[in-house]
Amino acid sequence: MNILTEINLIWPELCIALSAMCLLMIGAFRGDSSNKTITWVSICVMGVACLLVLLGPNNPSSAFNNLFIVDQFSNYSKILILMGAILTLILALPYNLREGIHQFEFPILLLFSVLGMMMMVSANDLIALYLGIELQSLSLYVLAAIRRDSIKSAEAGLKYFVLGALSSGILLYGMTMVYGFTGATGFNELELAFSNGVAKNQFIGVTVGLVFILCALAFKVSAVPFHMWTPDVYEGAPTPITAFFSIAPKIAAMILLSRVLLEPFGGLFIQWQQVICFISIASMAFGAFAAINQTNIKRLMAYSSIGHMGFVLVGLASGSIAGLQAVLLYLTVYLFMNVGTFACILAMKRDDRMVEEINQLAGLSRTNPKMTIALTVFMFSMAGIPPLAGFFGKYFVFKAAIDAELYTLTVIGLLASVVSAFYYLRIVKLMYFDEAVDKFDRSIGKEISFITIGMSFVTTLFIIILWPVLDFAAIAASSIFL
Amino acid sequence: MIISSLAFYLFSFITIFSAVMVISARNPVHSVLFLILAFFNSAGLFVLLGAEFLAMILVVVYVGAVAVLFLFVVMMLDINFVELREGFLQYLPIGALVGIILMAELVLIFGSWVINPSSESIVTTSIVYNSDTTNTHALGQLIYTHYIYLFQAAGLLLLVAMIGAIVLTVRKRPTVKRQNISEQVAVRVDDVIEVKDVTSGSGI
Repeated sequence: MNILTEINLIWPELCIALSAMCLLMIGAFRGDSSNKTITWVSICVMGVACLLVLLGPNNPSSAFNNLFIVDQFSNYSKILILMGAILTLILALPYNLREGIHQFEFPILLLFSVLGMMMMVSANDLIALYLGIELQSLSLYVLAAIRRDSIKSAEAGLKYFVLGALSSGILLYGMTMVYGFTGATGFNELELAFSNGVAKNQFIGVTVGLVFILCALAFKVSAVPFHMWTPDVYEGAPTPITAFFSIAPKIAAMILLSRVLLEPFGGLFIQWQQVICFISIASMAFGAFAAINQTNIKRLMAYSSIGHMGFVLVGLASGSIAGLQAVLLYLTVYLFMNVGTFACILAMKRDDRMVEEINQLAGLSRTNPKMTIALTVFMFSMAGIPPLAGFFGKYFVFKAAIDAELYTLTVIGLLASVVSAFYYLRIVKLMYFDEAVDKFDRSIGKEISFITIGMSFVTTLFIIILWPVLDFAAIAASSIFL
Repeated sequence: MIISSLAFYLFSFITIFSAVMVISARNPVHSVLFLILAFFNSAGLFVLLGAEFLAMILVVVYVGAVAVLFLFVVMMLDINFVELREGFLQYLPIGALVGIILMAELVLIFGSWVINPSSESIVTTSIVYNSDTTNTHALGQLIYTHYIYLFQAAGLLLLVAMIGAIVLTVRKRPTVKRQNISEQVAVRVDDVIEVKDVTSGSGI
């Protein structure tokens, strides 16, 4: 294949990589004073990358000897990832100015992690997958610890790093097993090897390898029982970084997990379905029950994201086009709800200091009615109350599970969603019915209020864009099942 | 034939022995030295397999850089290793359990090891390989052509590692005075010395 045609496929990645390196040079020579400029340029670069993804090829095509694949599925997820990154970077601007995070490397590391995520969703080979994951995680470890004067931030970075390194080791171990028993690392070759099921003498080795790979990827999406790092890292990292952690890497890892399970390991459906069912049930239940006792809103969001990943895995467990479509829809909805909620959390500020206790939200309806309405919308949506966005996410996931006759999973999922509604509604109750505490600061920055308003409109009126989004998700999902 | 299998058993035995010594030696410096011994013997195993490039890389990177770095850390930092070791035995049962489970799994897997008969047809990467081609040559032919994407991605990964190390450790200290040689050389007599005429008896 001609080198130019190959480069045509990687324009978005190339754009991000080259601009990140240019910005690094600018930052290195101009110093930390250029932080604001670099942040805005990075936002524009990601916008351009979004356009390049949209202008990219529609039919599945691969480059670099099948190491890299571009199809509707990867395009859809790249747009989600870029949107999440753009929104969180805008949210981070006023926060960084206020909290004194002046390092110009902040937006650049974020760009590199986005590049890693885009490589993850486009990976068509186990080694390409690994390099994407590492590029993404390495940037995120540094971002978690970027406030190096705060002990909590350093602790978050170190914990994330040590456990992330462990999961990388497990991933590599699983990959060597699979390679050892099939002699291939490419997804196309693996798919071919497993298309008629697995020969008996390979069976144990490949299954153990698959389980190891699954464990490592479950760590990346923070599904139970590999969730232990999530609450500590979410609490310790600077809040905009927490927002980023809960959105883009989760989406990328979930997309990667879907591709790995459905494409190369599609022939082993029966083997991985039970594993996915188990971690899905465990995540939903744990996310629902462990969040009840939380007093810190960032920890609450950590448990909530564990629960949401459980719901997304329900769609994956059904292993059908409809299931994958529901996964994509849920991730889209999750993006909007989470960005909105974190915008509200960033607005929780009193006397110029961030407030993270849930109790501090008491009586907010009297002091700040607009923010209360927005936060109520997001909480109702997360709890899955119609006609808000979150309801459609859950509806399509469970519909796919019922069609696949996973009745136990569906019932447990519905029960978990009822339990989790408790702590979402508790926040709403706190805001409307409890005794008011002091007001929050009014000057939260126009970026944050703009995003809050925008996300609450999207969440409320999601039903208008539901059908177009579903259509796009259907096209994207079907490109995996070709 | 018999010599190569003797060499194999010698290398493997010393590797395992020194690996055990790494975690059981009382003196941390001895641990690092045993680690270096383990690396050298693993390199010997690679040579037996005909992977001389990997053997050299193992010695150059792990012995030359990583182990020396460990040695520096052990000797430079004031870490109380006796204190770190406390409660070491407390984790022995659970560690042994995990070890035994992994061992059982490995036995189970490698007991069933059969090279996939169709793997010859699956593997697509074929390189021109004749008796003149060395390991290094063959790897070079693949890395910069077939796997250029992975090569570049690994390069980005190293760049991020470098940025990360700098972000997390470099601090600006405005109070520290640094020597600026060009400034020192450029100093002229007039800038630093002032000559005054002093009339006797009056002072300045």
